[in-house]
Amino acid sequence: MKLTGAQTLIKVLENEGVTTIFGYPGAANGPIYDELSRSEIKHILTRHEQGAAHAASGYARITGKVGVCMATSGPGATNLITGIATAYMDSIPIVAITGQVPTEMIGRDVFQEVDITGATAPFCKHSYLVKDGKNLAKIVHQAFHIAGSGRPGPVLIDIPIDIQAGASEFTYSGESDIRGYKPTYEGHVLQLKKIAKAVQEASSPVICAGGGVITSDAAEELLAFIEKAGIPVTTTLMGIGAIPAKHPLYLGMLGSHGVYAANQAVAEADLLIIMGARAGDRATGQRDKFAKDAKIVHIDIDPAEIGKNLGTNIPVVGDIKTILKQLSKYIQQDYKKEWVDTVSQWKRGGAEKINPADEIKQSQYVNPKYVLKVLSEMTEGKAIVATEVGQNQIWAANHYQLSFAGGFLTSGGLGTMGYGLPAAIGAKVGCPDKTVIVISGDGSFQMNLQELATMKQWGIELKIILFNNSRLGMVRELQKMKYSSNYFAVVLEGNPDFVTLASAYDIQGEKITQNEEVKDALARALNAPGSYLLEFMIDPEESTL
Amino acid sequence: MAKHTLSVLVENQAGVLSRVAGLFSRRGFNIDSLAVGITEDANVSRMTIVVDGDDYTVEQVTKQLNKLIDVIKIRQLDPNDSVNRELALIKVNATSTTRSEIMQMVDIFRAKIVDVSKNTLTVEMTGSGSKIAAFEDMLKQFGIKEMVRTGIIAIERGNQVIKVGSGENGASGE
Repeated sequence: MKLTGAQTLIKVLENEGVTTIFGYPGAANGPIYDELSRSEIKHILTRHEQGAAHAASGYARITGKVGVCMATSGPGATNLITGIATAYMDSIPIVAITGQVPTEMIGRDVFQEVDITGATAPFCKHSYLVKDGKNLAKIVHQAFHIAGSGRPGPVLIDIPIDIQAGASEFTYSGESDIRGYKPTYEGHVLQLKKIAKAVQEASSPVICAGGGVITSDAAEELLAFIEKAGIPVTTTLMGIGAIPAKHPLYLGMLGSHGVYAANQAVAEADLLIIMGARAGDRATGQRDKFAKDAKIVHIDIDPAEIGKNLGTNIPVVGDIKTILKQLSKYIQQDYKKEWVDTVSQWKRGGAEKINPADEIKQSQYVNPKYVLKVLSEMTEGKAIVATEVGQNQIWAANHYQLSFAGGFLTSGGLGTMGYGLPAAIGAKVGCPDKTVIVISGDGSFQMNLQELATMKQWGIELKIILFNNSRLGMVRELQKMKYSSNYFAVVLEGNPDFVTLASAYDIQGEKITQNEEVKDALARALNAPGSYLLEFMIDPEESTL
Repeated sequence: MAKHTLSVLVENQAGVLSRVAGLFSRRGFNIDSLAVGITEDANVSRMTIVVDGDDYTVEQVTKQLNKLIDVIKIRQLDPNDSVNRELALIKVNATSTTRSEIMQMVDIFRAKIVDVSKNTLTVEMTGSGSKIAAFEDMLKQFGIKEMVRTGIIAIERGNQVIKVGSGENGASGE
């Protein structure tokens, strides 16, 4: 059976279970779009290719499937780049499909030509430039396999237009054996026994859960493990939700933007078990001072992460869920009560410092931490939250009390402003029954606000919380601390009236200036049918922590 | 810093070299030399990479290379248990008075003269990096016009082979 490249692509996408694609058409992916129009696959037209890539990422994080985004050659492809790099840093499985100029024109700098496989190589898990239509089916299948397995990540397929249009024999075996790619899932038993022994001997153990716990769907196993062994847990930014925020053993987020109890517990730990985390600089701070008295156990599916940033006493390569299941055989019931009591005191002490209740009387401005506290109560932490980047991200990380794994969508590694809104769009498409809330600031909101039109066109209902301090708050704070309050280029004069802006897209909105109004406003927003934007006026002096 | 020789089997496909080279520049690793060619299996190429760095660097290089889908296998070669060779072509000034002296040098180093002109001799030399360096040093006095080196290729001694599917694939991170 002979099929065109475009037909082959769509057929294999359907075989891979793809039901939704986020994308943007152009000249060089014409045959694909022509074929896509006749497919069952739903195509969500975004307003910018970066939006498509972030939406695919949000979709992937919520559904556990590989997200798919599409763009044309040249600027379409380069507009995907930030989204691809964001997905790479956070290990999110997406497949990006780009059109390319005709094969015989490659390298001649023709209209809308760019070397996208070359450009994305440093932050793609793998990429393909298709040179022969008969390999396309295999390539697409492999791309999904690579993106979604092992340590997930973005894979790019660049398809010249002549290959999309040209016909070749369709051969599809579904074979995904790649000799250079064999991820390890099971942990080495000897190493697991060492962990069990270390846990038994430890008097102040701490677990640091990263995004890998969520990726491998290991929240349940983690909970069983810590409740049996009585070990407090901190998370990285990517690990938020790995255990419910209200769990007594949850310390909060670790690191430079984390909470006191978490950092104190790690500083005093004699055993630190890092699971599915990179031990990145934002989490560890100064490496030589991080957990300096602790024996370090590092469990990760990516061997290259172990020992990269932190010396390790017990390294284990494998999938967190598989390893926690294996480990449950060796872990004894031995609740570290004394230690848990100690960290609980730190938790209470820290909580008082950041409790915004005493500021509730403040007028003129709204306290963002209070907003998130009320939001947590009203949603019971069951809503999906997608954040932008900046102060809003850290406020959300530390004050939205998420109750389930996978519900916190944020650009952790790359810190991409403009991630939240399109990621929330992808999440809502992937999980239409859940409330999806965008937490944003006035700076990052304007990075991808064109996607409000995507919401409108496709009826995607989001609740948008916009913290407006008319500043690039986090940069301003940096200038305050590091550059003697020499504030420069951080005032966002010329902000639009966000409520009017929302209404231009048929989105209801309100501006809130007082803490007293917060509860009612949030209730209105959450209960209203359709999308809703709440703009909260924030004191520019309001600090991140 | 010490030099480490890695023997890397990769898929013989377009773009592999650029991925490997890109990885080195992106992660800030220093390549001393890189030689690539096909193997006994036409689908597989072998890269011999000499890395300059400490143990941490070599471990990271190995692990990061292993993450590339097109990299099939990596082994670090023990210098005492492998044969290392490099080929150099050296074009050196030669006059009627110096020619015979150069030819003596060529004999001593077991090199070979592959081209002669009125004012030059072109010498082919195979050996370890240090032997080539010593030879280069001796030729300097005559004036080296041009030198081309391949970079080191290396193979394990004895029965051991590095092949697709043989032994451990180096993917373990422990």
